[in-house]
Amino acid sequence: MNSESEWIYIGLFLVIGIIVPIVPLVFARIVAPRKPNPIKQSTYECGIETVGDSWVQFKAQYYVFALVFLAFDVEAVFLFPWALSLKQLPLFVVLEGVLFISILVSGLIFAWRKGMMEWV
Amino acid sequence: MAFLYDPVNFIAGWAHGILTGWGLVDSLATVIIYLIGITVLIVFAMVLDVMLVWVERKVVARFQDRLGPNRIGPFGLIQPFADIIKMVIKEDITPAGADRIVYNIAPVLAASSVIILWAILPIASSIYGVDLNVGILYLVAAGSLGTLAIIMAGWSSNNKYALLGAFRMVANMISYEIPMVIILLVPTILADTMSIKGITQAQSGVWFAILSPLAFLIFLISAIAELGRSPFDLNEAESEIVSGFNIEYSGMKFGWFYAGELLHAFTFGGFIAILFFGGYGGFFGLERIGFFSWLNNPFVQAVVFITKAMFGYWVIMWIKYSMPRIRIDHMLAFNWKFLTPLALVVLVNTAILSKVLVNLPIWGYALGMFFSNILIGLITIEILRAYGRKQRIAEGNLVRQVAHN
Repeated sequence: MNSESEWIYIGLFLVIGIIVPIVPLVFARIVAPRKPNPIKQSTYECGIETVGDSWVQFKAQYYVFALVFLAFDVEAVFLFPWALSLKQLPLFVVLEGVLFISILVSGLIFAWRKGMMEWV
Repeated sequence: MAFLYDPVNFIAGWAHGILTGWGLVDSLATVIIYLIGITVLIVFAMVLDVMLVWVERKVVARFQDRLGPNRIGPFGLIQPFADIIKMVIKEDITPAGADRIVYNIAPVLAASSVIILWAILPIASSIYGVDLNVGILYLVAAGSLGTLAIIMAGWSSNNKYALLGAFRMVANMISYEIPMVIILLVPTILADTMSIKGITQAQSGVWFAILSPLAFLIFLISAIAELGRSPFDLNEAESEIVSGFNIEYSGMKFGWFYAGELLHAFTFGGFIAILFFGGYGGFFGLERIGFFSWLNNPFVQAVVFITKAMFGYWVIMWIKYSMPRIRIDHMLAFNWKFLTPLALVVLVNTAILSKVLVNLPIWGYALGMFFSNILIGLITIEILRAYGRKQRIAEGNLVRQVAHN
C-alpha cells in the first residue's frame, strides 16, 4: 500500500465506522415502542422538579490547569519530530531538546510555586 | 499454502482477480476490496465487543464473589445477545429540553471513536488494516474523539448531572493527556518510528516494558484515565451524579456508550500489548530459531495478540473493581504534580541513554535502560515517602497544638 491508498483506506474506515453504529439505532427506531409524554420526557433529577436551566455559566475550577495543558500539548507537537530523528542527531542536539523541555518544566514549576496547582 | 502465511493478501489478490475479470477498473476493484476488508474487520470487532459484555459481567461477578450470568446458554454465553435484543426493543426517550442533533450524534461518535482505532491495530504480521507512518498520532487523535463524544452527550442532555459529568470529563482529559502523549514518545524513541507495526517489530528482541517499566506504568494509568474507568470514573460516578453524562440516554443509545467503553478498554489492552509487550510477536528472538518458526504463522500471532490484549483488559478490569474513586482535585494534583514530571524525567532519561548506550551490545543497552528506570522509580518513591513524612509530622504538630490549647 502506498501512502495515498493508506489514507483512502482510513477515509473508508471512518465512513464505515460511522455507519456501523447508526444501523442498530435505525433498527431500534423501527422496532422500539414510542409513547412519549411530558412526564417521561422531563429532565431526570432524582424525582425532584427541575429548577432553572442547565445551560448556565459554570465555574470551571481547573481553568489554570487548562492553560498549562495547552502549553504542554503544543510542546508535544514539537517533541515528536525530535524523538523521531533522535538516532541521526548528535548528542548535542539531543541535549538541546532536553533544554527545550526544561524551559517548559520551569513554567510548570512557576505555576506550581504560585499556587496555581491547588484546587480553589 | 500461501493462505496459511498471508491470508489477507491471499484473499484480496483472489478477489481482485475475480473483480477485474468481471471488467471492473483496477482502482474501483481495490476500493471494493478495501470496503469488504474494512467491513470484515469492524464486524470482527463488534462480535468481540458482544463477547466482552459477557467477559466483563462474568469477571465483575467473580471479583464481587457472585456467579454472574449463568442461565441463558452454557455459562451464560448467550446472555450478551439477550442484552442487545433488550436494548434494541427498549423505548428510546429523548428529554424535552435536549439539543436533539448533538444528543443523537454523541452515542454514534462514542462508538466510532473506538472502531476507527481498529484501522491501525495489527492483529498479526499480515493481518492489519493499515500501517500508518504516524500511527501514534492517530492513536492520540482518535482517543480524544471519545472524550469529545462524552462532552457532547453531557452538554446536550440539558441535565445538571450530565453537565457536571461533562465538566469532569474535561478535567479528566486535561490531566491525563499530557503524561500520555509524553510517554508515547518513549516507544517512539526506542523503536525510532511512529508506525504501530514498526514498534511491534522493534520489540522482537526485548519488550519495551523491560526497557522502560516506568513508561509502561504511566501509560497504563493514563490509559485508564482516558477510558474514564474507575478509579478515574468521575464522569459517571454513579454514587454522586447518577451515572453522569449518559444519565438521559436509554435503549440502544445507552448501549453504544456501554459497548463503546468495553471495546475501548479491550483496544487499549491491545495497545498496551503492542507498545510495551511486543504485540503479536515479542518472543525474545525465539521465532528466528528453526524449531519455533511456527510462531511466525499469522494465525498463531493472532492468538498471541488476542491473549496479550485480553490480559491487558483483565488488568484494567482488576484495577477498576478493586479501587475506590479518586476525587477530582486529587486527580488533577496526581497528574500534574506526579505523573507529568515523572513522565518528563523518563522521557529525558530515555532520550539521553538511547544516545549514550547505543554502542553497547543489546544486553548492555537493555540492562542500562532497565536499571536507570528502576533507579528513577526508587528515587520517586523516596521523595514521596519524605513528602508523606513531612505531611504527617505537620499534621501531628497541629493536633498537638490544638490539644495543648
